[in-house]
Amino acid sequence: METVFKRPHGLTDKAFHYCPGCTHGIVHRLVAEVMDELGIEGDTVGIASVGCTYNSYDYFNCDMIQAAHGRAPAVATGAKRSLPGKYVFTYQGDGDLAAIGTAEIVHAATRGEKITTIFVNNAIYGMTSGQMAPTTLVGQVTTTTPFGRKPELHGYPVRVSEMLSTLEGAVYVERVAVNNVQNIKKAKAAIKKAFQVQMAGLGFSIVEVLSICPTNWGMTPQNSLKWLEENMMDHYPLGNFKGKDLEV
Amino acid sequence: MGEKILMKGNEVIAEAALRAGCRHYFGYPITPQTEVAHYMAKKMEQIGGVFVQAESEVAAINMVYGSASTGARVMTSSSSPGISLKQEGISYSAGAELPMVIIDIVRCGPGLGGILPAQCDYFQMVKGGGHGDYNLIVLAPCSVQEMYELVVDAFNIADTYRNPVVVMGDGYLGQMMEAVEFRDEEPIVKVEKPWATCGSKLERPHNTTTSIYIDPDVLEAHNNKLQAKYREVEKNETRVEEYNCEGADVIVTAYGTVARIVKNVIKEAEKEGIKVGLIRPITLWPFPSASYEKYADKVKGFLCVEMSTGQMIEDVKLAVNGKNTVDFYGRTGGNVPTQAAILEEVRKIAAKK
Amino acid sequence: MAKVTFREERCKGCKLCVDVCPKKIVTIKEDTLNQSGFHPAGVYEMDKCIGCAFCATMCPDCVITVER
Repeated sequence: METVFKRPHGLTDKAFHYCPGCTHGIVHRLVAEVMDELGIEGDTVGIASVGCTYNSYDYFNCDMIQAAHGRAPAVATGAKRSLPGKYVFTYQGDGDLAAIGTAEIVHAATRGEKITTIFVNNAIYGMTSGQMAPTTLVGQVTTTTPFGRKPELHGYPVRVSEMLSTLEGAVYVERVAVNNVQNIKKAKAAIKKAFQVQMAGLGFSIVEVLSICPTNWGMTPQNSLKWLEENMMDHYPLGNFKGKDLEV
Repeated sequence: MGEKILMKGNEVIAEAALRAGCRHYFGYPITPQTEVAHYMAKKMEQIGGVFVQAESEVAAINMVYGSASTGARVMTSSSSPGISLKQEGISYSAGAELPMVIIDIVRCGPGLGGILPAQCDYFQMVKGGGHGDYNLIVLAPCSVQEMYELVVDAFNIADTYRNPVVVMGDGYLGQMMEAVEFRDEEPIVKVEKPWATCGSKLERPHNTTTSIYIDPDVLEAHNNKLQAKYREVEKNETRVEEYNCEGADVIVTAYGTVARIVKNVIKEAEKEGIKVGLIRPITLWPFPSASYEKYADKVKGFLCVEMSTGQMIEDVKLAVNGKNTVDFYGRTGGNVPTQAAILEEVRKIAAKK
Repeated sequence: MAKVTFREERCKGCKLCVDVCPKKIVTIKEDTLNQSGFHPAGVYEMDKCIGCAFCATMCPDCVITVER
């Protein structure tokens, strides 16, 4: 018998600290598998952000830089400009990327920084215990929207992929989900393509990953997946927004 | 040594950085330091270095953080309100022990304040404008020539101690043109950086640049390590100019441009029979406390002169430690203490019994 | 002929692997507790395993190794 599925080399052997059913673990693994398949772990520098994944440097086996809240794209810009031949990625959540770090992600994208951003969107702040995120859906209950997100009070959820895809410097933009096996395979393909776009020096690439937060959503992991499918996918349609046909 | 060239202070900063081997610059425009960026933009493109005009000072300092993490010699420059914005990244950089050079050409505050020269950033640079127990090494030149030399030194000191180094000058030093004489070869200290996060090549365990240590004992050990480093810096890097202090009646203390005015006051006072000395800290941190201790019981009193409402005076008082009086004279808003005004303050102290 | 191996001490009992198994052979071992206090997932009827790796693909904690 041959081993057809095992922990990728791109991950360290440290156990994830994430809650049961948290799909960060899946997304981490996909990034690591892509590093394995492209053979780039030794030439990659990852940027950890702030939130539940603040210590993803303990999990990824490549060199890692921990960044301040929202600043990962700026840190990645500095790292990539100083290491033009290496691969640099940021791993950010929705609070980090779409609230406090909005300026940094927009400008890294519009400058066409040759970096890859893995943007995990689970529509809530995880680490700080379930507050409204910029991506929280209208009506969604969080600890800071206890009666549901109301547009007149809290504004509307931001669609990051749609927004960034209007920028010339962002050349590859895709939204995926990790809710089932088929979509996980598509997510991995998108992450791989995003790294290949970076390898080809074409510009900024981002993969938005719809993800779940069973703990702060207050649901079982199974119900969380269902909630993602029934609610998030309407507001955040899956698919490629830019760069589908790029030759890499 | 080559010939003397007339250059603007801000351009000399950039030229000095290039001569020190800096090939990575990230900044954001703000008066009165922007010529640093102009010079860097042109030169970096010509020599294949990195120049990025960031979207904000916040982004710029974080780009520096990322670049320094890879082991590059990297610099940013700004002025007071911009430095306030950079404080987050500066705290992270001190925590992560990243070598970098930060230029602060100080203007007046608070708030947007004004664009004229001031020395009101002493607190935010020397006392730590960001959160946590950390120190920046702060160098304070008083001429364009010294600006050049200290910028080169700043890169060496940053690499040696894995710590951000600030070169802080008031707006005059950035804006004025003065003769500068460049060395044929710079005294570049080469420091190995095995900690750099630049790709492991799978030849070593992966490196991490971080300032977060969740375990209380680990974080305390990290803080203790930083403090031990700071004690080493105090021992090895404290710099001061003591001028005319032996047998002085009054010692005036000032840094930067103000110290040059004081030297003229010394000549004027001499004519009146008052012997005035000058203690000019060249490193604002570590602060040259020993120089004050030495003369604390030998003079009639100290006078601290600043282009602020009194910031460095706190360190002067700590150094004098109650053994003598420390008077203050300062101007703000972009105004400069005049020779006449300083001399008047000196006379008052000299007249003491 | 296929085999899945569960690193039980790493399992958090989230059941994402249970639902996704096409052969419905992945179960939560209610009679077992791991060091973290979770009932880990496992397979009793290994002969029915087809080695599709759906369980491993869905597992957020890299608990599962698949051979075939």
